[in-house]
Amino acid sequence: MTDLEKHGDDQHGDDHGTPDDAQGRLPAMTGGYLPVEEPIANPGLPEHTWRPTDVDEGAAKRAERQVSLMFLLSGVCTVLFVVAYFTLDIGDNWTTFGGLGASTLFLGLTLGGALLLIGVGIIQWARKLMADHEIVEMRHPARSSDEDRETTAAVLQTGLEESGLGKHSMIRRTLLLSTGLLAAPAVILLRDLGPSPASVANAEEGTGLKHTFWGTGDRIRVVRDVVGTPIRPADLQIGDLVNGVPDGLLELEGIELQVAKAKAAVIMVKMEPREITPGPGREDWSVDGVICYSKICSHVGCPISLYERTTHHVLCPCHQSTFDLADSAKVVFGPAGRPLPQLHLGVDDEGYLVAEGDFTEPVGPSFWDREK
Amino acid sequence: MSIDTSKVADSNATSAAKASKPSKAGAVATWADDRLGLAGAMKKNLRKVFPDHWSFMLGEIALWSFVVVLLTGVFLTFWYVPSMGEVEYQGSYDPLRGVHMSEAYASTLHLSFDVRGGLLLRQMHHWAAMIFIASMMIHLLRVWFTGAFRKPRELNWVIGCLLLFLGTLEGFTGYSLPDDLLSGTGIRAADGFLKATPVVGSYMSFFLFGGEFPGESIIPRLYTIHVLLIPGLLVALVAAHMLLLVYHKHTQWPGPGRTNDNVVGYPMLPVYAAKAGGFFFIVFGVVAIMGATMTINGVWKFGPYDPTKVTAGSQPDWYMGWPDGLLRVIPGWESVIGGYTISWNVMIPILITPPALLVLLIMLPFIDQWITKDKRDHHLLQRPRDAPTRTAIMVALMTFYGLAWAAGGNDIIAIKLHLSINQITYFMRGALFIGPVIAFIITRRWCISLQRHDREKLLHGYETGVIMRSPDGGYSERHLPISESEAYRLTARDREKVFTADGRIDENGVAAPGGRLDGVRAKLSTLMYADNIQKPTRAELEEAHHHAEHEKALTAALTGHAADGHQFDGKRPVDDEALRGD
Repeated sequence: MTDLEKHGDDQHGDDHGTPDDAQGRLPAMTGGYLPVEEPIANPGLPEHTWRPTDVDEGAAKRAERQVSLMFLLSGVCTVLFVVAYFTLDIGDNWTTFGGLGASTLFLGLTLGGALLLIGVGIIQWARKLMADHEIVEMRHPARSSDEDRETTAAVLQTGLEESGLGKHSMIRRTLLLSTGLLAAPAVILLRDLGPSPASVANAEEGTGLKHTFWGTGDRIRVVRDVVGTPIRPADLQIGDLVNGVPDGLLELEGIELQVAKAKAAVIMVKMEPREITPGPGREDWSVDGVICYSKICSHVGCPISLYERTTHHVLCPCHQSTFDLADSAKVVFGPAGRPLPQLHLGVDDEGYLVAEGDFTEPVGPSFWDREK
Repeated sequence: MSIDTSKVADSNATSAAKASKPSKAGAVATWADDRLGLAGAMKKNLRKVFPDHWSFMLGEIALWSFVVVLLTGVFLTFWYVPSMGEVEYQGSYDPLRGVHMSEAYASTLHLSFDVRGGLLLRQMHHWAAMIFIASMMIHLLRVWFTGAFRKPRELNWVIGCLLLFLGTLEGFTGYSLPDDLLSGTGIRAADGFLKATPVVGSYMSFFLFGGEFPGESIIPRLYTIHVLLIPGLLVALVAAHMLLLVYHKHTQWPGPGRTNDNVVGYPMLPVYAAKAGGFFFIVFGVVAIMGATMTINGVWKFGPYDPTKVTAGSQPDWYMGWPDGLLRVIPGWESVIGGYTISWNVMIPILITPPALLVLLIMLPFIDQWITKDKRDHHLLQRPRDAPTRTAIMVALMTFYGLAWAAGGNDIIAIKLHLSINQITYFMRGALFIGPVIAFIITRRWCISLQRHDREKLLHGYETGVIMRSPDGGYSERHLPISESEAYRLTARDREKVFTADGRIDENGVAAPGGRLDGVRAKLSTLMYADNIQKPTRAELEEAHHHAEHEKALTAALTGHAADGHQFDGKRPVDDEALRGD
């Protein structure tokens, strides 16, 4: 009640110091802050002028014929649409007609024509033949009248009093409490959207944020992605880059494969051994100049792929983080905050490249407790 | 409202309609009104007035493209399967036959190659969605630049901002659904964003994906969000937006007869309904032709999603480009505090700046109102030049947006323009901060110059291009007065007053509560108004016209002589005129 009154007062009382020569209030503002000096009086609505179609019967008839013709042509387009639907093949020949596909192209053009012609026809009709008199409507303030406000406030007050909501504070509080508590089921029901990161963490199965497939066995071979063939250091030329996965990963199917791949994918490059600046404690992590890193960018997880053999830089195509593979994959440019995790390489009895264990840190994008 | 319709539409009957036997339609109307009582509400609204201006059409484009998105989207759901189950593709598209892929991707290919009109509808859906978001943005700019957000329309501004935000989210969830390599890369990045959230990030990621990325839940979940949750909210908010539009009545440009208290335009029935309804068909038709002739998101070229693969030049849809740009130019800031990782390089560009800018956008009308202390109802639009600081603020924001967006295409720019991507990125790091400031200053000065030009036109008339030579050899350009309605249009705006903080200190020298804030307000008000050019007063105008009369007298000797050129300024008929010497 009082709030409403106050609000109503604000409308007038708070005008202090504001410019107030709103149009339509011109004569009333003699006591305003600024003198009203409207340089030019409102000349009023200009006189209506007749259109050719209003005064010339021929023009009106012509417009009528134009509109009807457009509607007829629209009908023709619709018929052509049906014809195109039943006559034009789709399937693999999606490149006919400028790489667009005959069916798609003609269905779209005829549908578009049918719709456009109706639209243009209606607007032509409205512009040429419908009355073009502008009419004037008065505005009303968005606010309710003071009387309405008072009545509504009084009714609300009555309702409040009759319910006794103000009097029975215990009811009020317990109701608030019980309805507030209902937020808990709403939130808790979302709990089983997914497992917690800790509950899926298992080093032997390579699951969870901190383990990968590389840790699921002893000295797993690095094999080429897609084909799955193992690699000897001598198979690689200086400057080669191989997309690798752990041996056995490709036998997985479906989602399991995707999840495992998303963490275990590596890039392996060969460079002159003397060009490698090994990280502390990583002097023996490369084999004959072959060095291996996680393929998953440490920024937001895109697979990095663009390798420049002369500089040993690899670039992530998503956000251009650049890593120096000769120098522990340190970030030399871009938004990534950390080097790519390095995989400790070794050679097995048959001379194939193997991992001497899982990555020593989580791969992919950072998360809150990755250091824990 | 009596209207002279004597000459209207000769194609209509010329005699007044006579009451005839109750028609079938009349019977249906009576039946309905007996139960719904609509006549009472409709009698007022059917002739509701809508003012006309091309810029009012921008919101209409948004509305109609949204309807097209809904219609085409319903069709797509009949064939699309939101499942990440692995299948072997055996459809018509040769290059992928036999490839293992998710059902979502396979059904998208099926929709594109084995359903007649399927590819057309997919492309129409995508184009209409882009037009929806683009037209919302341009509509928002129009509303800001013309001051249409002012009281009583602030809430509709807020609803509009929410629509833009939800539309963007809807776009992201939509283009992720085909589960192709490009969209999967986008989801991969989204996973990185979630994980960068402090404390709960990895939980959010696990909950959304139903376990470890990519899991098998994300596509069905995005599908529910895309076809049910967000569209429901969008429809509700669009309805609220339209209801408020009808309740407030549309704003209008000031002009002869158009004041803050009335609304002048065409009635809803028939003209506005016909124009708006016709425009729906035009938007729909244009979208159909775009869907037919412009391939968009050809997912068959990308192949199914594989977390180890990516294509160069990977980019989100354009409306996601600006946060992606910020993500590209941010330095690699990451700190470990107490053993916990804080990824500033993801949080600042994605989790902090875009939400902060959305909040700023929503708050703009209220900030504007706080500075101007203007609580009056405004139904007349302002030209952008008449609110130089306000215009400059939006241009600064647009500049930031544009630069961030360009940064999101830094790889493409580097390739196309043969530039160094590193240099572009370093440049953007500075430009994102300096660019908006420069844009603000230039825009503000530009607007004030235009205001000065308007004042000149009012006082001294328009430039005729006619050069006069006086007897003593001086040259001057002849000005002629502008028309009365043009002059009125130029003066139909408020006079502004800079807010000053003084007078708020009582006799004991104690500042009134909020005194310090008032100081801030006074400074902002000065920035907002102090440099603006106000319209001339009546006295100034009369003085200037008197001066013009004098000048005219001086050149009176020339009038009546053969044409001196001003007849050819395009403002008067020239049928009987001839250039001197002809």
